Amino acid sequence: MMKWIHTMASSAWFYRFSGKCLPWLIAVFTVLFLVGLYGGLVTAPADYQQGDAFRIIYIHVPAAWMSLFVYIVMAVYAFIALVWRIKLAEVLLISSAPIGAAFTFLALVTGSLWGKPMWGTWWSWDARLTSELLLLFLYWGVIGLYAAIEDKRTASRAVSILTLIGVVNIPIIHYSVEWWNTLHQGSSVTLTDKPSMPIEMLMPLLVMATAFKLFYAISLLLRTRAELVEREPNSKWLKQVIKENDHE
Amino acid sequence: MSEFLYMGGYAFHVWTSYALAFVVLFINIVGPIVRHKKMLQSASDFQQLNEVMSDDA
Repeated sequence: MMKWIHTMASSAWFYRFSGKCLPWLIAVFTVLFLVGLYGGLVTAPADYQQGDAFRIIYIHVPAAWMSLFVYIVMAVYAFIALVWRIKLAEVLLISSAPIGAAFTFLALVTGSLWGKPMWGTWWSWDARLTSELLLLFLYWGVIGLYAAIEDKRTASRAVSILTLIGVVNIPIIHYSVEWWNTLHQGSSVTLTDKPSMPIEMLMPLLVMATAFKLFYAISLLLRTRAELVEREPNSKWLKQVIKENDHE
Repeated sequence: MSEFLYMGGYAFHVWTSYALAFVVLFINIVGPIVRHKKMLQSASDFQQLNEVMSDDA
């Protein structure tokens, strides 16, 4: 078991395996993304209250879900990196941060674009919006802290600790719409209750959410590969890879 | 078609959201690919330099 973990955690193995996975991930993502776009923009009926403005949901909600999901995954990497000092976990952690920040940014801006016609305001300092903004600052903090420390192993340790501290914000974001009286509405889709929207509105949302998850995987693998090459320019495995590339 | 683009009067809000999503996704794919290429190149240069130096010694 430990041997298996060490094989999987080796840069050489990860680099080769991710190279094989990427074309498949990109293919499935493209199909799902196109299906989700078509479903969300064409086949889903206009909302009886919000008209066509509700179609922003197919970007906003998957992006918001991913902003939380990526952070939780980062916390897991941070824990692994701190406890077992596995280098690959450090690289996966720091490679996730810009993607999480991108999703958070997208959720905030599309929320603003949705809020203006529906609530009459671009922004309100309610609990949901403020805690999501804090999440964006946490992502930026992780990126900035990593960039500020010269030694990458030390930087990774610092970033892991910051990530784990920031985890307290996640349940706050999630439950903010229940704990406080917010302008933001409650969840339309939960794991336990029946969703409060018809199936032809719900399906594109779930497809889009899956596509966004695959997108995270793709972007993470691409970033991690670049980071591995940067961190280990003189390693044996990379020499091998470069030699193989030259022969092609 | 023009009715589709009109989005029931919410064209600006809907299309800006979708356009932004495209831009964000695009950046997060192309950026890492470009960086990966650059890093491979500099690693290759670094290795060649190392070989030359060890040959001299």
